[in-house]
Amino acid sequence: MSTTVESSTERITLGKAINLGLRRAMERDPKVMLMGEDIGPLGGVFRVTDGLQKDFGSERVVDTPLAESGIVGTAIGLAVAGYRPVCEIQFDGFIFPAFNQITTQLAKMHYRSRGAVHVPVVIRVPYGGGIGAVEHHSESPEVLFAHTPGLRVITPATPADAFTMIQQAIASPDPVLFFEPKARYWDKAEVDVSATDSAIGGGDGLNTARVARPGTDVTVVAYGPAVATALRAAAAAEADGISLEVIDLRAVSPIDFPTIAASVRRTGRLVVVHEAPTFLGAGGEIAARITEECFYHLEAPVLRVGGFHTPYPVSKIEEEYLPNLDRVLHAVDTVLSH
Amino acid sequence: MFTPDADGDTTPVGGPDDDLIQLLTPDGERVHHESYSARVDHLDTEALQSLYRDMVMVRRFDTEATSLQRHGELGLWPPCLGQEAAQVGSGRALGVRDYVFPSYRELGVAWTRGVDLRKTLHLFRGEDHGGWDPAEHNFHLYTLVIGAHTLHATGYAMGIQRDGDVGTGNPDRDRAAVAYFGDGATAQGDVNEALTFAAVNDAPVVFFCQNNQWAISEPAQQQSRVPLFHRGRGFGVPSVRVDGNDVLASHAVMLEALERARSGGGPTFIEAVTYRMGAHTTSDDPTKYRTRAEEEMWRRRDPIDRLHALLVREGESEQFFTELEAETEQFGAEIREYCRAIAAPGTERMFEHVYASENPQVSADRAWLAEYEEGFATEEASA
Repeated sequence: MSTTVESSTERITLGKAINLGLRRAMERDPKVMLMGEDIGPLGGVFRVTDGLQKDFGSERVVDTPLAESGIVGTAIGLAVAGYRPVCEIQFDGFIFPAFNQITTQLAKMHYRSRGAVHVPVVIRVPYGGGIGAVEHHSESPEVLFAHTPGLRVITPATPADAFTMIQQAIASPDPVLFFEPKARYWDKAEVDVSATDSAIGGGDGLNTARVARPGTDVTVVAYGPAVATALRAAAAAEADGISLEVIDLRAVSPIDFPTIAASVRRTGRLVVVHEAPTFLGAGGEIAARITEECFYHLEAPVLRVGGFHTPYPVSKIEEEYLPNLDRVLHAVDTVLSH
Repeated sequence: MFTPDADGDTTPVGGPDDDLIQLLTPDGERVHHESYSARVDHLDTEALQSLYRDMVMVRRFDTEATSLQRHGELGLWPPCLGQEAAQVGSGRALGVRDYVFPSYRELGVAWTRGVDLRKTLHLFRGEDHGGWDPAEHNFHLYTLVIGAHTLHATGYAMGIQRDGDVGTGNPDRDRAAVAYFGDGATAQGDVNEALTFAAVNDAPVVFFCQNNQWAISEPAQQQSRVPLFHRGRGFGVPSVRVDGNDVLASHAVMLEALERARSGGGPTFIEAVTYRMGAHTTSDDPTKYRTRAEEEMWRRRDPIDRLHALLVREGESEQFFTELEAETEQFGAEIREYCRAIAAPGTERMFEHVYASENPQVSADRAWLAEYEEGFATEEASA
């Protein structure tokens, strides 16, 4: 088992940050265990659990049978027995066999038992497109879970957040869907890898959005893989003299409306960006809420930039499906034209 | 198959009863079984009386609840009428530290765990989604999604392994998890995944399948082309078929399975062949899907009558039965009174325990409703 790193910052990828976060959580609490397909010697298909079975043993880093409902269902039982299982679903499109266990069982056990039973299960899901994958390997099903009361749905956009948020998810007394933006696994940044318990903050750390870039003309809300796109758009807009404020939501459930509303009251304009289809998506919810709360501050309708109402397309044309720089800037121009 | 033949007799799905473990015949005669008799031979009259009382009390409760539903006091009730022996026999084999994941008609098991059965009414009266504290009795809440909880039991058993509470030889430490489910559940993917996880992990879990012959209106042969206990074998899990209307046999096979689990021998699959004499729930009508002859045949195999016959055979006095009858009358009155007193919870209950930690969305919804309702109060005050 490796010792805690003393130096405060390291330049690491988002994938490595999650790996280090998992390691910290396992060192901190012997009840934390990992379960999933190919997460042991292989270290997961994205190598996020690399080296953990070697250091923590096969009882705590479990290569499971190839059965997603089984992974989540047994994790629920382990949680009832006092463990803190962290499940890895190999790809977004493979979470559906476990959908029943997540939505009818995991989400409701605390409620049904009126607080007598805790199920602090974390489900890690690599999600989103942009890596040229085959079908079922690029989907964004986060809203299906965000729509289910009892679950928390979070997604980091940076290595630093990935490191902290995975530990917050594990420390949370609630079930958490932890969506990992797979296209950003290889993004590198400085991460303070000496974050302490108090910085982790348990479930309460999971409610707050982050202003990724301050600005004055238009608020752009994004989460997960779309945050980097929004930031690139902000850099491009700046060259044209337009100031975008980019908010990284971090959590799709609950959504931090106060942070968004405070920004919109200053800018008067809002664009929401996500990879998932816009139809009945998180952007629609944000548009509705912000319209209710900031009606007299809005200078233009809230616009959404996201996926179309199609299955995730073949990789040769996924660039046209994904909310790219040009589509974000087009939406920005549109709200500014009002 | 389950269509009765000329004698009104039936054969369970997948073949004849040759391998059915039985220690007490329908006529109330104890029979010897090479492997299992030793586990119940020591049960004296007092012990048999106790098993009998359990089954009678459970049936009384079940009958009262069914009747309360008919009177509109419960929204729904899933009767366990006819399954008392499978549930009480197996339940009485459990140790205090064993943990049970029931389906939703496990009244007899709940009774053996010391759950106040009246608490099961809360769910069906619409006052609670549960009704009891699982940790207090090591008896989990009912699970209504068929078979989902077999995975929870398996996961819990994996927790027992990690806690080192298996195979120590210390009876105060070694323990097991048990999942109760029906014949229909064996067709579910989750049950099959649970068997896979249990087998490859040698998990200390017992799968107790009550084959009550009917999944609502579908007979067991529409769920499986093989005897249900063969399914366990296909996963490498030791499996037995027991006469589920025989309280002694149900008790004996469960004792063996729990012993295997606690000692590190891994999972067991038990198929208890029994019969749901009532409806699936009070919402369906069994006369539309099964024959009177079939019901009559199973009535002759009634689990309570069977033990009654044994007790009489062994010279039980009439006084015991008379006293028990008086006890059940008293019990019935308590059940009715308790049920009618279960009132609707306050509206704020809706918002409690959705999350274990503060959640702004729930808080916002709660605040909105409070303010909305407050508006009516203000209107009324000013009217």
